[in-house]
Amino acid sequence: MSDASLEDIAAFLLDEAKRHGASQADVVVAEGDSLSVGVRLGEIEKVQRSKARHLGLRAFADKRSAITSTADFSRDSLARLAEESVALARVTASDEYSGLPDPAELATEIPDLDLYDPEMVDLDAERVTELCLAAEAAARNADARITNSEGGEFGGGTSRVVYAASNGFRAGYRTSSCSLSAVPVATDNGSMERDYWYSAKRKLADLDSPESIGARAAERALRRLGARKVSTAEVPVVFDPDMAASLVGHVASAVSGSALYRGVSFLRDKLGSTIAPQIVTIVDEGNRAGALGSKPFDGEGLPTRRTSVVDRGTLSSYLFDTYSARKLDSRSTGNASRSVADAPGVSPTNLYLAAGDTSPEDIIGSVESGLYVTELMGFGVNSVTGDYSRGASGIWIENGELAYPVSEITIAGNLLAMLAGIEAVGSDLEMRRSICSPTLKIGKMTVGGV
Amino acid sequence: MPNPTDGSLEPRNFFLDRFALDDGALEDTIGTAIARKADFADIYFEFRSSESFSLEEGIVKRANKNISQGAGVRVVAEDKFGCAHTDEVSTDTLRIATETARAIADSGGSEAAVAVRPARPKHDLYSLANHPLDVALQEKIDLLHKIDIAARRHDPRITNVMAGLGIEQKIILVVTSSGLVVGDVQPLVRLSISCIAEDKGVRQQGTSGGGGRVEYSYVTEGDRYMKWLRTAADQALRNLDAVDAPAGNMTVVLGPGWPGVLLHEAVGHGLEGDFNRKQTSAFSGRIGERVASELCTVVDDGTIANRRGSLNCDDEGNPTKRNVLIENGILCGYLQDRMNARLMGVEPTGNGRRESFAHAPMPRMTNTFMLAGDSEPEDIIKSVPKGLYAANFGGGQVDITSGKFVFSATEAYLIENGKVTRPVKGATLIGNGPESLTEISMVGNDLALDEGVGTCGKDGQSVPVGVGLPTIKIDNLTVGGTQA
Repeated sequence: MSDASLEDIAAFLLDEAKRHGASQADVVVAEGDSLSVGVRLGEIEKVQRSKARHLGLRAFADKRSAITSTADFSRDSLARLAEESVALARVTASDEYSGLPDPAELATEIPDLDLYDPEMVDLDAERVTELCLAAEAAARNADARITNSEGGEFGGGTSRVVYAASNGFRAGYRTSSCSLSAVPVATDNGSMERDYWYSAKRKLADLDSPESIGARAAERALRRLGARKVSTAEVPVVFDPDMAASLVGHVASAVSGSALYRGVSFLRDKLGSTIAPQIVTIVDEGNRAGALGSKPFDGEGLPTRRTSVVDRGTLSSYLFDTYSARKLDSRSTGNASRSVADAPGVSPTNLYLAAGDTSPEDIIGSVESGLYVTELMGFGVNSVTGDYSRGASGIWIENGELAYPVSEITIAGNLLAMLAGIEAVGSDLEMRRSICSPTLKIGKMTVGGV
Repeated sequence: MPNPTDGSLEPRNFFLDRFALDDGALEDTIGTAIARKADFADIYFEFRSSESFSLEEGIVKRANKNISQGAGVRVVAEDKFGCAHTDEVSTDTLRIATETARAIADSGGSEAAVAVRPARPKHDLYSLANHPLDVALQEKIDLLHKIDIAARRHDPRITNVMAGLGIEQKIILVVTSSGLVVGDVQPLVRLSISCIAEDKGVRQQGTSGGGGRVEYSYVTEGDRYMKWLRTAADQALRNLDAVDAPAGNMTVVLGPGWPGVLLHEAVGHGLEGDFNRKQTSAFSGRIGERVASELCTVVDDGTIANRRGSLNCDDEGNPTKRNVLIENGILCGYLQDRMNARLMGVEPTGNGRRESFAHAPMPRMTNTFMLAGDSEPEDIIKSVPKGLYAANFGGGQVDITSGKFVFSATEAYLIENGKVTRPVKGATLIGNGPESLTEISMVGNDLALDEGVGTCGKDGQSVPVGVGLPTIKIDNLTVGGTQA
């Protein structure tokens, strides 16, 4: 059935699953094209094009379920897939909470969220090569101390997803995305540092200019040169927006219904309680037009929506898919994400910490002696307890001014204490990724150094 | 169609049959690929069949089976390459992919006919009599149940167990512009176990697991899975009583096995040929220099039978090797794929790897470890008046250019007056690649390789790897706890 439409393939699989005795079933069919171009030192370095399609069938045998997925779209392969899926479901355990969502919860309208750019179809490699060359050149020309480069890179593609289920849902949508980055290397007095900057958007024309990406990347690499280590101390820590976003990411994992019913969340049993000061509001917004984390319906066909996760310091909602909601006697928040090869799970869509009213300059200005974090490394976050210990680098703040770069240090604390210790929220929120935050200041953390 | 798990499966016949191709089609494709001013080209065919099962809350909730397949064509001209990938493989799609990939090379080369000659990989490290995909489903499901029951019996404070079994079979075929046609059949088994312990309102998690390019029986032989589940459960239980970790510079002793992730981060990535050709690694241009104490000899060895990081040939068809990276503290070699080796004027080292047909090859590690030294592990601990003993780690990360690396302990203890005492909460260790290994003052005689669960990520591509380490003492490393 290699030439059939994605919708026809999905319908065929649902019929086959039923024929083999499935009580319920759903199908995801995804196809995409992508192009990646890299340049280095002013010359093209690589061009990669990819075409891919894949489908996954989830079959239920009463309260048992399994998933089979394949890239082989031949009729034989698909018929075998349906039979295998039902057979595999029969060896799993019966789970009273499993099953498709109630038809009453399904999306009835599929909103056009402006997630697709026709310009991205069959994109011309030469055109995006020019963008890469301009971004890299802007970085290399920024300063004599930019002596080397890992290049400029463009990545982009389009995809189409169709989701169909035996509860009657059947819809599809197209998306596109693209990104442009530059990675310069700066050297001075035997110190060598690399940094990057990027812009990622749904539409090609919305990308930041290559010149601004390159200049920002160079500035970031240059400001790391000559980094020192600092003494171990307890000090205020200011997170730049991208690093602050990683904290919002840890909150995302902890408010996921899956983590909660498994008991692996430091925010378990905290719903309705104050976890942060009033200046902290965190929102998940799956139906935001044009945003990188948006989709017109979730991985189970439910409408995506706006959910206030933290409302002026109070933990106001967890995020659920159908299964975790049933387990915890709640309702799905439209946060099911479904990959082709695996059962739905809970994911944030566009999750952001709302902007405050303090400028980032004033936040830095409020610190007598402390750390401005611009990079975090490693995986030292315990999701069960919230214990936090990560490698860091950044700029030391002295008397309210960014004074000198620091590296090879750690920052440690506990996420509960860190959320409660947020003293300032910046006004500089920019929706540049699917999880984002403005600048944040945490009153006190342990910085580990010499 | 041949059974993809048949032990006698011959990759060339498998793909020619599956995609209705013949040697002529391979020769035409690779001939077209190399026809412009290119240095070399290759076609990579891949068929991957996998299954996974997972248990939580005492029941096996998830069972998945997946099949992916496709081909990638790559054309390399000096330091440029073009790649095109397709998951629909036919003479037509291969021609389109090849024309896309070769656009990177200047026109005007001379059409050279390539005659293909099938070869076998140099090694035979993981031929299996019984493929783990062929073991009855019920047996695998039963194993997960046994793990759940045994972990809960191990201690009543274990309140939840998550166990996952993943099995795959990957068949590859590499066709190069020099005419080499070499294939491999790569099995992989991975069991992961995670236990939650709860006592007096405190909760902690412990994880463990193992596997390799092995038969399914490997997991159950000698009750290996029981050892792993005890490791996971005990780690969770011990962490219930853990005190806050110290912060600052101190002496750190790393235990044997998985803590070898230190080498992977501190030196392994920095020695990959791509970064060194581009002069962006902290180790660039330092061959022949001292980068570790003379007690340290570090190798990357892709030829160890049945290991997770081993390969009969790399994804460019080159035989894997045992490559010495650091000998008695002196840097002696980089890890190379074909393109970077060619540009640096050295031989490939068998480290050209790709996550799948849809990714381009890069220099990657296989199994990276330090050779054993002379010290008794007990003597190493006894020599430390005050410090940290790290027995197990989660993942790590490195900044290749500055050399800064981190890795996070999941099981660690204080060392007080030469004795391992209280367990401490997970702490991140941070150091500088070219410097930290010079601080190694004792190397134990107890080299152990990890249990076979490691996955390495680079530039968005994940590949299975191994690490290993004897007990070592590092005189000076920054520990990132909360106790200033």
